[in-house]
Order: sequence, then structure tokens, then C-alpha cells
Amino acid sequence: MKDDYCRKTSHSKSGPGDAGKTGSWRILRPVIDPAVCIPAKRGTPSCYMCWLYCPDGVISRGIPPEIDYEYCKGCGICAEECPTKAIRMVEESSFIKEDT
Amino acid sequence: MQIIESGNVAAALGVKLSRAQVIAAYPITPQTPLTEKLSEIIEAGDMTAEYIPVESEHSALAICIAASSAGARSFTATSANGLLYMHEQLHWASGARLPIVMCVVNRGVGAPWTVWNDHQDSMSQRDTGWIQIYANDHQQIIDSVIKAFALAEEVMIPVMVCYDGYLLSHTYMPFDIPEATLTDSFLPPYRPAYCLDPDEPANLNTVTLSDVRTDINGVKAHGYMEIRHLLQQDMLASMDAIERVDSRFKNIFGRGGSPFIESYRSDDARFIAVGIGSLSYHLRDVVDDLRDEGISVGVMSMQLYRPFPYQAVAKALKDCQGVIVFEKALSYGYQGPVCSDIKSALYHYVGPEGSRPFVLNYILGLGGREILTKDLYEGLKLSCTTKPSSPDKPRWIGLKL
Ligand code: SF4
Ligand code: SF4
Repeated sequence: MKDDYCRKTSHSKSGPGDAGKTGSWRILRPVIDPAVCIPAKRGTPSCYMCWLYCPDGVISRGIPPEIDYEYCKGCGICAEECPTKAIRMVEESSFIKEDT
Repeated sequence: MQIIESGNVAAALGVKLSRAQVIAAYPITPQTPLTEKLSEIIEAGDMTAEYIPVESEHSALAICIAASSAGARSFTATSANGLLYMHEQLHWASGARLPIVMCVVNRGVGAPWTVWNDHQDSMSQRDTGWIQIYANDHQQIIDSVIKAFALAEEVMIPVMVCYDGYLLSHTYMPFDIPEATLTDSFLPPYRPAYCLDPDEPANLNTVTLSDVRTDINGVKAHGYMEIRHLLQQDMLASMDAIERVDSRFKNIFGRGGSPFIESYRSDDARFIAVGIGSLSYHLRDVVDDLRDEGISVGVMSMQLYRPFPYQAVAKALKDCQGVIVFEKALSYGYQGPVCSDIKSALYHYVGPEGSRPFVLNYILGLGGREILTKDLYEGLKLSCTTKPSSPDKPRWIGLKL
């Protein structure tokens, strides 16, 4: 009866991977330069504008901050917002050799 | 209790008895008296509900979607361009599987501007994934509203209850108001399997990828196509639920019994005229006259248009010689939508000599053009007595070029 209908809707718990492996969308990879990044340079938790702005929540508040490339979709917002220009967007193709 | 009231009041009383909890609507002719009545009832303290006035129909349905997602029984009503303005949210409500009920008080759509009745508004929303029920009189309006909530909440698909603007919305007819204690037992409070809950947050209808994925619990989560497939499956399967709800209603209130089509003098008829809403009753008068002249003709009204009750339609029509579909709506560039759907339902039923009934289409009453009994009589008589030519092109009744 009632249970025969509407067995599945688009309903999920938010968490890593709920939108699929968004890392596969990436054409440009954000790479943090620890020589320029504020927390890395100072050795104290600070700044983290990249963490705040990342729409996918894939940047950690570590020293240095770390990016989860499994889900980073390569939008470049972090690079745009970083006050010290510590994040470069690098062509994914340049990593192919390294990855294989 | 029997009263004499307008069709809009019949709808409002149905919503009251259904104990809708959130009502959001924007007034539009000829729906306005329905929403006015509801706001009066709530203001007077005769009904416990939030009445949310909005600046547009799009917002009205957006509020119903939010309220329904939060677990509230939700209702809205509109007509014509108001319904068209809801179009995007119509798809959303059905895709999100929310049991919202809406009255569509049928009116022609602009341009040019019209406020009078035809069926173009709801017919052109045929493919939005809503169940569409059409009422022929005031009793059917109030009963259908109450049944619509029960149905929507069983199958988790929103339901439109459609009835003719002015011809039904503003005319007065006697009808019975069901007992509240009985409607309460027929329609218990809405208890969804999930509703928005701050303690149990969830993503609802987010970007759903084209392929399936594994969710955070490692369970396969459906992709867009699976979700939409289930809507189609449940839409078709809802015909069983419609029959169940109708017979449950009949057992308590003694009314109903023909949730798909209503047939009049059709059992032995060689020709069957098809109409929707008040037009189907008008056709009954015409059929009575033609029967007096010895023409074997009956009437079938479509009570349910989506899901399309194709089996009931085929069963009712397959053995007759001709079907004459009178429509107040048009799929521009082809023919009336009901006519096309009826032909499609008959496609598989070929008679012993390879024959099928001919299906003729008349377009009439657009923008409230008066439908004269004389014109219906002549059109139907001609169709029953002469061999039809170019049956795919609809003919027009009452056109004054
Ligand atoms: S902001 Fe965009 S590019 Fe930067 S880490 Fe987040 S997803 Fe990747
Ligand atoms: S925004 Fe730039 S400087 Fe700040 S933490 Fe992120 S990478 Fe480092």
C-alpha cells in the first residue's frame, strides 16, 4: 500500500562524496606554496581564507592547509581569495606523468 | 448537510474538512472567491491553518513545497496564467514527491487576455507529473478535494483538482457537505516518512548526477533517471490507489464509484461523445435528444486525465463505431490533447475486420465562447450519421470568422 510508492527520492545526508567524485571535474589543480602561505610560514593556525571560501569544504585548517583532491573540483575560488597569492592553479595535464 | 452554494465555496469547504495546515495562494479570477473563503474561514477561527498571502503564484507554490517538505498538509489554488506562472514549481513539486493539492479553476490563457473558461491552462500542464482530476459538478468538487489529499498522501504525488471557471466556480448548486467526524476518519493527519528536521538534516533534491553514486553510508543512491523513472512507475500505479481511495470514500459517504471515466447511456452506444467537466453534462442533454431520434449515442466524461486511464478508456470505447471528442483545449499544430490520448489508447484494439472506431475532434468554447446546445446537437448528429473526412484535423464549433 503506502510503502509501495515513493520508495526513493533525492534525499541524502551531506558528507564527502554526496555529489559524486567531484575531483574528476577538475581541469586546473590548486597547489599551495608553503613558502608563501601564512600559516605555513608562521607555523601558527591563521588566515584560512581558502578554507572559508572553498564551496566544497575540501581544504583543511592544517599547517599547511591541505586540499582533498578526491573532491576538489578545481573552481579556483581559493586561489582567487588567498590574500598572499599562495595558491596557483596548475594544468591537470602536467600531473599526468607524475600520477601514472 | 445539504447546502446551495458556489463551486468555489464547495472547494473551500473541502479544504477545510481536509484540515489543510498551510494555504498559500494569489488571487486570480475565477479562483478568487475560493481563496477569499478560505482566508475568511481561517480568520474566523473555524480552521487551524496558516494562510500565507504571497506576491505571485510562483511563490504560492514555492511556499507549499516548503511547507509540505516540513510535513504540513498544503493547499493552493489558481487559474490560467497563474498556473502557467507556477510551471517551474509544478515540476519541482512532483519531482520532490510532495503531496500538495491544488485547485485549478479552469480559464483560458493569454494572449489575448481572457478571464473566461476553457481547459487550456491545466491541459498544457499535462506533462508536469501531477495527477489531474476533473470535476463535473459541485458535489464532485468538494468530494474530489477531500479524496485528493488522501490520494496524494498515499502515492506521494501532487494532485490538481480542476473545475470549470464560472460555469462551476460561480454558479450555485445544491451539494452535501460531508460530516467532519467522517472526513477525519477517512483522512487521518498527514505523517510523512521524512520531513525537514533540524536534528536530522538532509539534502533534498540537490544536483543529482546523471549516474548513480554511493552515498556517505556506502549505499547506492539513485541518479536523476532512476528518480524520474520511479515517478512514472508510481504515476501509473497510482491508478490502483485512485480506485482504492474512491471505494473507501464510497463506503463511508455513498458517493463515487467511477474515478476514471463516467459513462452516460453508453452501454449499447454505437457512438460515444467525450467531454470534460460541465461540458460532459451538457452533452448528456444532447444525447437524450439524439436518442429520442433513434441515434445510438452516449457520453463519456474523463474524470481523471493524468495518469491517463488508458485501459478504462479503451474498454469503454473500443467496440463502438465512432468516438467524438469535444475539447476546450488544443495542442497547437495538431489537435486536442484528449483526442490524441484517446487515439493512442485505442491503437492496440483492432476489431475483427481490422477496424477501429473513428475518432473525431471538435474544438469549442475557447475563451468562454458560448457553447450552444443546438451546435453540439448538430455537430454530434452529423458525426454519427456521415462518414468522417480528414479525421485528424479538428473541426471547430461556434467559430465566427
Ligand atoms: S576552492 Fe575550488 S579549487 Fe580551491 S580547493 Fe576548493 S574546490 Fe578546489
Ligand atoms: S588563503 Fe592562502 S595564505 Fe591563507 S591559508 Fe589559504 S593558502 Fe594560506
